[in-house]
Amino acid sequence: MAAALADGTTTSVALTQAHLDRIAAVDGAVHAFLHVDAEGALAAAARSDERRAEGATASPLDGVPIAVKDVLATEGLPTTCGSRILEGWIPPYDATVVTRLRAAGLPILGKTNMDEFAMGSSTEHSAYGPTHNPWDLDRIPGGSGGGSAAAVAAFEAPLALGTDTGGSIRQPGAVTGTVGVKPTYGGVSRYGLVAMANSLDQVGPVTRTVMDAALLHELIGGHDPRDSTSVDQPLPDLVGAARRGAEGDMSGVRVGVIRELTGEGYQDGVLARFEEAADVLVAAGAELVEVSCPSFVHALATYYLIMPCEASSNLAKFDAMRYGLRVLPEGVDSPSAEDVMRATRDAGFGDEVKRRIILGTYALSSGYYDAYYGKAQKVRTLIQRDFAAAFEQVDVLISPTSPTTAFKLGEKLDDPLAMYLNDLATIPANLAGVPGISVPSGLADGLPAGIQVLAPALADDRLYRVGAALEAELTGRWGGPLLDRAPALEGTP
Amino acid sequence: MADALVDLDDVLAAYDPAIGLEVHVELNTATKMFCGCPAVFGGEPNTQVCPTCLGLPGAMPVVNGKAVESAIRIGLALNCDIAEWCRFARKNYFYPDMPKNFQTSQYDEPIAFDGWMDVDLDGETFRVEIERAHMEEDTGKSLHMGGATGRIHGADYSLVDYNRAGIPLIEIVTRPIMGAGERAPEIARAYVSQLRDLIVALGVSEARMDQGNLRADVNLSLAPKGTGTLGTRTETKNVNSFRSVERAVRHEMRRHAAVLDGGGSILQETRHWHEDTGVTTSGREKSDAEDYRYFPEPDLVPVAPSREWVDELRGTLPENPVARRARLQADWGYTDLEMRDVVASGALVVIEETVAAGASAQAARKWWLAELGRRANDAGVELTEVGVTPAQVAAVQALVDARTINDKLARQVFDGLIAGEGTPEEIVAQRGLAVVSDDGALGAAVDAAIAANPDVAAKIRDGKHAAAGALIGAVMKEMRGQADAARVRELVLEKLA
Repeated sequence: MAAALADGTTTSVALTQAHLDRIAAVDGAVHAFLHVDAEGALAAAARSDERRAEGATASPLDGVPIAVKDVLATEGLPTTCGSRILEGWIPPYDATVVTRLRAAGLPILGKTNMDEFAMGSSTEHSAYGPTHNPWDLDRIPGGSGGGSAAAVAAFEAPLALGTDTGGSIRQPGAVTGTVGVKPTYGGVSRYGLVAMANSLDQVGPVTRTVMDAALLHELIGGHDPRDSTSVDQPLPDLVGAARRGAEGDMSGVRVGVIRELTGEGYQDGVLARFEEAADVLVAAGAELVEVSCPSFVHALATYYLIMPCEASSNLAKFDAMRYGLRVLPEGVDSPSAEDVMRATRDAGFGDEVKRRIILGTYALSSGYYDAYYGKAQKVRTLIQRDFAAAFEQVDVLISPTSPTTAFKLGEKLDDPLAMYLNDLATIPANLAGVPGISVPSGLADGLPAGIQVLAPALADDRLYRVGAALEAELTGRWGGPLLDRAPALEGTP
Repeated sequence: MADALVDLDDVLAAYDPAIGLEVHVELNTATKMFCGCPAVFGGEPNTQVCPTCLGLPGAMPVVNGKAVESAIRIGLALNCDIAEWCRFARKNYFYPDMPKNFQTSQYDEPIAFDGWMDVDLDGETFRVEIERAHMEEDTGKSLHMGGATGRIHGADYSLVDYNRAGIPLIEIVTRPIMGAGERAPEIARAYVSQLRDLIVALGVSEARMDQGNLRADVNLSLAPKGTGTLGTRTETKNVNSFRSVERAVRHEMRRHAAVLDGGGSILQETRHWHEDTGVTTSGREKSDAEDYRYFPEPDLVPVAPSREWVDELRGTLPENPVARRARLQADWGYTDLEMRDVVASGALVVIEETVAAGASAQAARKWWLAELGRRANDAGVELTEVGVTPAQVAAVQALVDARTINDKLARQVFDGLIAGEGTPEEIVAQRGLAVVSDDGALGAAVDAAIAANPDVAAKIRDGKHAAAGALIGAVMKEMRGQADAARVRELVLEKLA
């Protein structure tokens, strides 16, 4: 699309309008968007076209429209985090990544659906109703960034931003046949990202190709003085790495297969696609080594302690005092601040959010801190050491992204533990702060599966090199992008 | 409060008091602790705020380097160790004036710890051990509208001003101060007073208690005499003058003893100090089990001040207070007793500033300790809050030196200054206070006095010059105090020679 804009085949206004039309046609079925900003997007597109007419561009992606997960603050555009408690809230400021998108000339199509406050693996926990997987509308699009992944998979947006706390970019990427990247922790500013778990959250690209992700990642990445955890050093050359990878030469690259993430609990078809993808790397000259990361078996438990602890504190600010929902309790004459807070939270937070607030509050409370939060932080250190040891032997690590393909809507809604298992393979990277990418590995039982590539912190370029090599070889075998094989949605021209 | 109090002597006969002081210092940095908003309290409500200090969803904090520098300098001045590595933590609790419903503070990893300050008390020193000095952010301010008391109970509605939210605070916490006995109230006062002097000398805060730049929480407990244990404590919040610190300690000692003597037990709670009545009332119950669910703030990277920087900051510390006092005493030529009075009344800094503005050390001491000290005492405020600045005192003394006014008239000038009537010169002019040294006017008054007091005049003529005072007094009375007394004496003696 960037190329078509560059050679004048199309304009940003035309491109943006085409995507708005597509949203109008199919989003009733998919429900990827919570808010669509046609007017704002078209205005930005017009400015982009003017710039280009004058021979200038703000960035390589100038004029290419994008969808943004509703957890990122957008000035003048509602930001609800998929929650009733923020219904109607319009932030007075932009997240840094959104500022960078605007400065780079990308029209923002709208805000995408998500599990409430990014809590979930299926986007069924959105207070505004679930998103449907474009491959099979009865199935989940992954979570929590199901809206962003579905928007890209359904051709409603060429690019999207997601956030990944335990896999919320990569797992939806895997189950919708898209590319999802969780950058190195601190590689992309979190300023303006409504935090679920601050020490784990990371903003990243959701795209159709590895090269698109590299371009978008370069655009949003880099130091931000407003985020003190942001890395103060230049990003590696991601686009160059993707280009090199697409040439298909993997000789000299040592690839580790994580023993703990390729065994029990994985769907047969998913494992088969993963093994084929691994063979592709070997054929391209990579050396394959099995590595063991013994602490990974505790990653899920560790994550489900640290995440709710941080979340319980972050969500305390939603108290009906300053913004968002305010519910007055029924049958109380002159309610106290506490009464209003209680009634508002009862009405404004969904079950999963309440579950995690209670978990986190309990785990942080005095007497339990050492046993839970303190212990979890220690295991987190062990997981980081497993990564460090593994990366002494290999350049990248690989595993299936998600243990299964997309399950049916409602199937795991009443079984939180089964739901949590979906993030089994993605969580270790968040606990260690290392980057990861999910690229499509093919269809298992007719639905997309993904392969995950992990690299050491700050070596995000390796993800793009290996990811692009996999993509080039696999799409060659499939005779085209995997998404071309998705069933047509109603409204497809 | 109808609690009967125990006489202080009886308290001390039966119990050992332990005091603990927590002093919050609002730093005078240009910007707030975690954002770029101006750190100036006041202004139209909610005008000095941004997404970060309002705690809006998604906004993130960044540590103010200048605040860290001030914290380190305070720590060094209190003889603390400076942490090589420390972190911020979240203190989780709910209150509408706290934007995030957690306060970003330091918990088990403060920037400064294990220090001490030698408190000078009538020439003796009493060492107060400092447990820690840590960094945190201030909260917003709730205004309860519609009620009679300004408190939340009885109010129709409440408003919150977040301008203050995020202003950097340093909290300085002492270890329990034991063994002070009867001097516990004085030591508490002297500690806060000297701590304030130190903060002022460091230049890190305006340190005005009346404006809340410096706020003291007073912990007190009593233990049966000689047991060496700690009793249950109460924490009296936001005591806002040195004098009140002393009074609050004394009151709590007497109240605790009354409860204990009556067979009751002290409830661990926070208490409110009432300046007007000099008593405390119950605030909220605060047990050790109060659960703030502290955990490290994940949005901030650890603070790791380099040793080079710490050493560099050590070089910027002001003169040691004890050495400074010795130097000032020598410069000013005060006796030990005079110096002790000056220190005890908290006048050191104002006298220094008055001398710097041109007054003699003796004159500065006279005005601050006698005249202004009395006024401060009457009003129940500190010397710095009496409404007259050191520069104004120096200007008044300059008028006395020039014989434009005398000491008696100077008191009226101070009245005018406190009432905001302008500069000393303007007040002299407006109030018509200048002394009369014109021989014509004085001569006539002297003649009249001689005529009215023939016996006194006769004595003077006989060489009893000491009797002149009666005539001078008569002239002064006639001229409503505005005569130049020295010139009157000369004229009396001339005329009766």
